[in-house]
Amino acid sequence: MAITTAQSPFRIDPLSGLRIDLQAQALVKINAVLAVVFLLVGGAAGLLVALTRWPAVHLLPADMFYMALTVHGIVALMVWIIFFEIAVIYFVSTALLSCRIATPGWAWTQVWLMVIGAAMTFVAILQGNSSVMMTSYPPLEAAPHFYLGLILFAVGALIGCFVFWGTLVIAKEEKTYEGSLPLIVYGAMVAVCIAVFTIASGAIILIPTFLWSVGLIKSIDPMMYRVIWWAFGHSSQQINVVTHISIWYCIAGLIFGAKPMSEKVSRTAFLLYILFLQFGSVHHLLSDPGLSSVWKVFNTSYMMYMAVLASLIHGLTVPGSIEVAQRRNGYNNGLFEWLRKAPWGNPVFSGMFLSLVGFGFVGGITGVVMSVEQVNMIIHNTIYVPAHFHGTVAGGTTLAFMALTYFLIPVLFQREVIMPGLAKWQPWLFGIGINVFAIVVMGAGTLGVPRRHYDITFAGQALAHEWPGLIYMMMTVGEIGAVLAVVGGALFCYIVVGSILWGKKVPADAKCIVAPPADAGGHKEIGAGGFEAPGTFILAMVLFVTLVLYYFVNFKYLATLWTLA
Amino acid sequence: MGYSFTPPAKNWATEPIERTEILWIIIALAWCLFMFVWMIAWHWIGNQNMNNEAYKILPESYAKKVEDFTAKYTIRQDANDPSLPVVSPPPGSDVYLAASRFQWRPLLEIQKGKTYRVHISSLDVDHGFSLLPENINFTAYPGYESVITMTPNKSGQFDIICNEYCGFGHHMMLGRIYVKE
Repeated sequence: MAITTAQSPFRIDPLSGLRIDLQAQALVKINAVLAVVFLLVGGAAGLLVALTRWPAVHLLPADMFYMALTVHGIVALMVWIIFFEIAVIYFVSTALLSCRIATPGWAWTQVWLMVIGAAMTFVAILQGNSSVMMTSYPPLEAAPHFYLGLILFAVGALIGCFVFWGTLVIAKEEKTYEGSLPLIVYGAMVAVCIAVFTIASGAIILIPTFLWSVGLIKSIDPMMYRVIWWAFGHSSQQINVVTHISIWYCIAGLIFGAKPMSEKVSRTAFLLYILFLQFGSVHHLLSDPGLSSVWKVFNTSYMMYMAVLASLIHGLTVPGSIEVAQRRNGYNNGLFEWLRKAPWGNPVFSGMFLSLVGFGFVGGITGVVMSVEQVNMIIHNTIYVPAHFHGTVAGGTTLAFMALTYFLIPVLFQREVIMPGLAKWQPWLFGIGINVFAIVVMGAGTLGVPRRHYDITFAGQALAHEWPGLIYMMMTVGEIGAVLAVVGGALFCYIVVGSILWGKKVPADAKCIVAPPADAGGHKEIGAGGFEAPGTFILAMVLFVTLVLYYFVNFKYLATLWTLA
Repeated sequence: MGYSFTPPAKNWATEPIERTEILWIIIALAWCLFMFVWMIAWHWIGNQNMNNEAYKILPESYAKKVEDFTAKYTIRQDANDPSLPVVSPPPGSDVYLAASRFQWRPLLEIQKGKTYRVHISSLDVDHGFSLLPENINFTAYPGYESVITMTPNKSGQFDIICNEYCGFGHHMMLGRIYVKE
């Protein structure tokens, strides 16, 4: 019973029961579509990088490799993700609050600025004289429109943040919801708070760098650049973390009818992110000169690991909320019946759960260990670093976004997902590929293989370093994993575009796909041993033991090195 | 009744917290505090730390220091590449290494078990100092001279590779340290 009359700018979506503002719907759609287009571009560049770092293939010449790597970094790590995040914050602030979007005109300005900015930077890189990597550390210099594009993109994203806040204000004023914000919207608000800090940092450093590139400023101090740039570069990944955790909670609700185990705990954990997550920017500066150990220790630990604590909490409460819901729905036997009986063939769920496991075990554990001030010395700028953040950003964020997309296609685009048989496998293909890449290439990183490096054989060099033969095998297996992930990513893009263009229209009388609230079920006595979620607790302890062991393994290795003081 | 995506119950702030969560928070918090203390403690109990001694310096001035250092202690030209001097400073002395596109100069010959104050800086753009196969990694920028006190505990050949992207010749940037018994 879709209502689209001139009087009502809303429609009631039959699949989700959500009341959706049509202007917001158009904006979410355009941002999501642009995101997927850029994912395709970034993924293609990633394929070229993988095929070049695969020792036996070594596809591109050096200059093309560094160009492809610059494209891959900027497009896959920033453009795809921020476009999708704008789609997410527009969606949750309007559809979940039954609210109209604030200032749609400004929202369209956001779209245009981000498209023009991304295109400008992309063209600058393809012109060949801006292969400076995503980080663009001066005095390495790119063309002026490389920086200008990024600035326009950032301004666009900032406008998106204010549209989100404006929408929250309208929802409150017009009383479209009662009581406190839903947890997901609260999480999105946390992400937006971090985004504003992040984008402001980007502007603060990229504007003078742009002025330097056109000759108006004489020089940019390399240390100042790195300190401020990373408040943008690292923090933008923190927006991802907060957004994809919100998506985990959201999908737990959609599929299982779950609600948070404790609103108080989950909200406090989100609050810890606002307070402490930004400190993580220093992870990239731990081996740099001129910064004191006190400053490094305080920041790299997010002031006593308070942001790590928050992530550990979400890592338990998200699967915990699923366990509680499943048990209330009747899957109360043993420790893991709730997990075995989960809908593993539904890409919305499998994508979300693989994202959760990958982010925790691969991205999370390594992130905590490598950001220890001293351990960083054996990891800084090795290929371990990209392996780690493929665990967080590709295996975590990107996979969570893919999972949510399988829900948004029928609900927002009102199309059925094409090729459901393949869609079922797509998250597995991408998730397994990216985690093979991450884990195996981390091994190469611990043996010192550098990141952003065209030729580790040092062909023709008098001082060539000889590696143990093992690293060539690791780079080969790792890059095969990367190629699998690209195939999974391409399949995703095809399914999304195909579904939007020629997927079957969802009928107006379609049945609701959102699970009924689990706490309405009859099962009150759940869990075992006084724990409502004993299975999740055991899984969390597995993560904990892995983290502790891995932490000390790294110190054991560190202790064998030359004495450094 | 509700979901994670609907507004919470009115009393959400006073609802009791379930046992699973409380126990996990205690374990996680204890571990977080341990890691914080351990990282600080490693400055005393560990032998691998950065002392973060650093100075601002003009790249030209640093180049001069490296030149003087090289002229003073060169013992031979390298067998693999005769254009490169191998420098052998006395134990305990200051050692100056310069990164520039695309080389680490000069090559060093030092002694196992002896301590050296190794200065590193760049003459042009940011570079990486990655000592292999030890896998010890630092960053060098232009305008900043950092000092790391190093005591090799193994002998043999150690290669320096650049692991901070510095231009199209980045992958050809190398250096070397020979450590004698």
